[in-house]
Amino acid sequence: MAQPQMRKPVEYFLDNKKFLHPKLAANYGNWKYHDRPRPGVLHHVSNTGDEVWTVRAGTQRQMDVHTIRLLCDIADQYAEGRVRFTIRSNIEYIVSDEAKVGPLIEALEKNGFPVGGTGNSVSMVAHTQGWLHCDIPGTDASGVVKSMMDALFEDFKKEEMPNRVRLSTSCCEINCGGQADIAVIIQHTKPPKINHDLVANVCERPAVVARCPVAAIRPALVNGKPSLEVDEKKCVCCGACYPPCPPMQINDPEHSKLAIWVGGKNSNARSKPSFHKLVAAGLPNNPPRWPEVNAIVKKILDTYKADARPWERMADWIERIGWPRFFEKTGLPFTKYMIDDWRGSRYNLNASNHVRF
Amino acid sequence: MAKQLHPTPMLDQLESGPWPSFVTGLKRLAKDKDYVVDLLGHLEHSYETRKGYWKGGTVGVFGYGGGVIPRFTEIKDEKTGQPVFKDAAEFHTLRIMPPPGMHYDTATLRKFCDIWEKYGSGLIALHGQSGDIMFQGCTTENVQPAWDEINEMGFDMGGAGPAVRTAMSCVGAARCEQSCYDEAKAHQKIVNNFLDDIHRPALPYKFKFKFSGCGNDCMNAIQRADMAVIGTWRDNMKTDDELGKKWFAKHGMNELINDVVNMCPTRALQVKDTKDVRKDAHISAVAINDTQSLEIDNKDCVRCMHCINVMTGALGPGKDKGATILVGGHGHLKIGATLGTVVVPFMDLKTEEDYDKLVELAQNIVDFFAENALEHERTGEMIERIGLVNFLEGIGLDPDANMVNCPRSNPYIRTDGWDEEVARINAKKQAAA
Ligand code: HEM
Ligand code: SF4
Ligand code: SF4
Ligand code: SF4
Ligand code: SF4
Repeated sequence: MAQPQMRKPVEYFLDNKKFLHPKLAANYGNWKYHDRPRPGVLHHVSNTGDEVWTVRAGTQRQMDVHTIRLLCDIADQYAEGRVRFTIRSNIEYIVSDEAKVGPLIEALEKNGFPVGGTGNSVSMVAHTQGWLHCDIPGTDASGVVKSMMDALFEDFKKEEMPNRVRLSTSCCEINCGGQADIAVIIQHTKPPKINHDLVANVCERPAVVARCPVAAIRPALVNGKPSLEVDEKKCVCCGACYPPCPPMQINDPEHSKLAIWVGGKNSNARSKPSFHKLVAAGLPNNPPRWPEVNAIVKKILDTYKADARPWERMADWIERIGWPRFFEKTGLPFTKYMIDDWRGSRYNLNASNHVRF
Repeated sequence: MAKQLHPTPMLDQLESGPWPSFVTGLKRLAKDKDYVVDLLGHLEHSYETRKGYWKGGTVGVFGYGGGVIPRFTEIKDEKTGQPVFKDAAEFHTLRIMPPPGMHYDTATLRKFCDIWEKYGSGLIALHGQSGDIMFQGCTTENVQPAWDEINEMGFDMGGAGPAVRTAMSCVGAARCEQSCYDEAKAHQKIVNNFLDDIHRPALPYKFKFKFSGCGNDCMNAIQRADMAVIGTWRDNMKTDDELGKKWFAKHGMNELINDVVNMCPTRALQVKDTKDVRKDAHISAVAINDTQSLEIDNKDCVRCMHCINVMTGALGPGKDKGATILVGGHGHLKIGATLGTVVVPFMDLKTEEDYDKLVELAQNIVDFFAENALEHERTGEMIERIGLVNFLEGIGLDPDANMVNCPRSNPYIRTDGWDEEVARINAKKQAAA
C-alpha cells in the first residue's frame, strides 16, 4: 500500500463572512459614503446610519510571528479582534467606536507601525521576493523596500501628494511587482553565461529555445556535447531562459543594474489604465541601502508633488506637461534606450506635429 | 537557545530608520531558531556578493501537484560540497489562499503563528503579490505536517506552476460604497469551481482571476489577471443633494470646475442653474447649492469613477449593477506586458443565476485556453497570436464595439463573409428585440 498514513487534503475555498468585523457583516453591500478624518484613517457611513473607522498602518510584509502576535494584541484591545490586509501589505483595523481611534493610533505608533497610506499618500511599496526566496533575483526586494520606505516615511504618514502614489519594486525584469506610478526594476544587462558542461544533463533544449522572446537561442554542439548558444546581438537579457535552464546563468553582480519606470496605473479613473515607462537605467545594485535609486525616486516624487495639480496621478501629470518637460523638470537625461523598438513600438512614437518647447 | 548569530554588518543597516524592519523580525526569530540564524547568514552572503543562491526542485504535499515553492541552497563548501548554512539548506514556501478581501480574526492569525513557529521559520508574508499567504521557510520533512494543520483550520493551498492561480478580491461590498457586485461571492464561486485546476497543474501556463468592485480596480485586475471581473453599472449615477451641497460648501466652485468638471475624460459633466438641467431619462444631476447643480449625461459617462471618488456620497454608482469582463492581462515577456481586453462589456451580477453564468463563462475561457494556448503562453499572448475574433468565436461571444478603441485601420483583410455576418447579427438583434 502506498503511504497509508497520509492524510487527504480537504479541498475547498472558504467564505469570508466569519472573518468580517461584525459591523462590516451587518452593512455588507450597504455603504453610503466615506471621508478621511486624518491621514491613515477612513470613516465609512452606511445607509443604516452605522459608522466604522478604519485605521491603516504599514508593516514590513515579511513578518515574524512575534510581530503578527503583537498586531493581534492590538486588534483584540481596540478593534474587536478583526483585521484585514491590503494588496500592499498594509494592515487595517476596523473600529466601531470613534473614541478608540486615537488610542489605537497611539498603540500602533508606539510599537513602530506607522499609521498612514491612505488618500494622497505614498503607500507601502508592492514588492517581490528577491534574495530572501526567489531563484532568479538580480537584487533583493525586502531590503530595497525597507530603505525606500525609510526615505518616504513622511510621505506615507501625510496626505500631501497631488493624488495617491503607488510604488512597486521587482528583482528581475519579469516584474512580479507590477505596474506603478514609480517602479524600480532590476535589469540584466549582459547575455547569459552558459556552462556548456551542464546543459545536456539539466535542460530540455527545445523548451529553452521556445522560451526566448527574440529567438536568440539555438541548439549547438560545444566541445562535442549537445548544448545551446545565444546570439548575443539579439539577446535582450530578459533572463527567461534561466528558470528552465539554470546553466544559462543570467545573474551578474557587476552588470545587473536598476532601472526606474514611471506613469503606470491600473485605475480607470480619468485616463485609461497605463503601463509605466522607462526614465532611468544603469543604476548600481548597491546594497544594503541603494542610495542612487532612492535619490532619483525622491527627485521624481518631489517634482511631481511641486508641479502636479490636485487629483493628477503621475500619468495624468506627465500627460499634461509632456515627456520633454518631465525630463527637463526632473533633470533626468533622455537617451536612445527610451525609444521603444519592441512589438507595437510605433504606437509610442510621435506621429504628429505636436512638439513641446 | 539557538546558536550564535553570523555577523551581518550589511543587514544590520536595514534595522535603522523608522519603517518596520524585516531584519529585526528575523533576528527575533533567530533567538530560538538555528534555522533563522543560518537564513540570516545566507541572506547576508547575498548582500555581500550581490547574487541570489536559491534553486528550485520538487517538494509537494500528498494529493496535490503544486502550491509549495521548493528552495535549496546553492552556497556549498568548495571542498566538501556541503551546504555552508546547513540549518537553512532548505527554505520552502507554502502558498495558502487568503479569504476574499483578506479579512481575518486574530484567533486565526495566532493559530497560523503557532503552526509556523512549530514547523517553519516563523516568517509569514501577508501577503505575496499573487495574493497568497506566504508561509516562508520550511524543511522538506516539515512541509506535510505544517500543511495538514493549516488545512485542518479550513484553509486550502494556492496555485503554483501552470495552474489556475490563487485569486484576489478587493474589500468591496464589505466596506466600500463603490462596490458594484458581491466580489467575495464571485471569488468564492469561481475558485471552488477550479480547485482541481489549482491543485493539479495541467494548463499550458498560469491562469489568474482577480475581482475588483469598480473601475478604481484596487486589485489591479486589468494588469494582472487573465480574467478580470471589474464592477460597473448601466443606469444613471446615484446622486444625493444633501451630500452634494455639503461637498460644495467645503470645496467651492474653483475645485468643482478644476477638479471635477474639467477632469471628466468624456466631458459628461456640466455646471448648470438647476432650472436649466436637461429633462431626459439619461440625465441626472446633483444639487451643489440652492440654485445650481452638477449635470451628468450618463450616456457620455464611461464609469471611470473620477467624479465619484472626488464627491463620494454625493455621486455614486447606479442601481443596475454588474461587471465588465476583460481577458489577457499579464506581465509576461514574449509580447511585453499587456492589459486585459474587454470581452463582455456588461454582465449582470445580481441573482444567484447571474453568478452561475459568470462561473460558466470562466470555465469556457479556461477550457479554450487549455486547448489552444501553446506551452508557456498566457491568455494575452494566445489572443495576440490567434486574434481576438477567433477567441470570441471559440468561447461563443459576439463582437461588440466596446471591445475596441477604434475599428481597424489596416486594409489587409478579406471581407467575403461580410453579408452572412451582417445577416447573422441582424437576425440576432431582431430575436432579442
Ligand atoms: C521559476 C522561476 C519563478 C519563480 C520562483 C517565481 C516566483 C514567483 C513568486 C513567488 C511570485 C509572487 C511574488 C510574491 O508573492 O511576492 C511570482 C509572481 C509573478 N510571477 Fe513569477 N516566478 C518565476 C518565474 C516567472 C516567470 C518566468 C514569469 C513570466 C515570464 C513570472 C511572472 C510572474 C508574474 C507576472 C507575477 C505576478 C503575479 C501577479 O500579478 O499576481 N514568474 N512569481
Ligand atoms: S521579479 Fe523576478 S526575481 Fe523577483 S520574485 Fe519575480 S520572478 Fe523572482
Ligand atoms: S536572456 Fe532572454 S533574450 Fe537572452 S537568450 Fe535568454 S531568453 Fe533569450
Ligand atoms: S475596486 Fe472599487 S469597489 Fe473595490 S475596494 Fe476599490 S474602490 Fe472599492
Ligand atoms: S465617472 Fe463618468 S461622469 Fe464621472 S468623471 Fe468619470 S466619465 Fe466623467
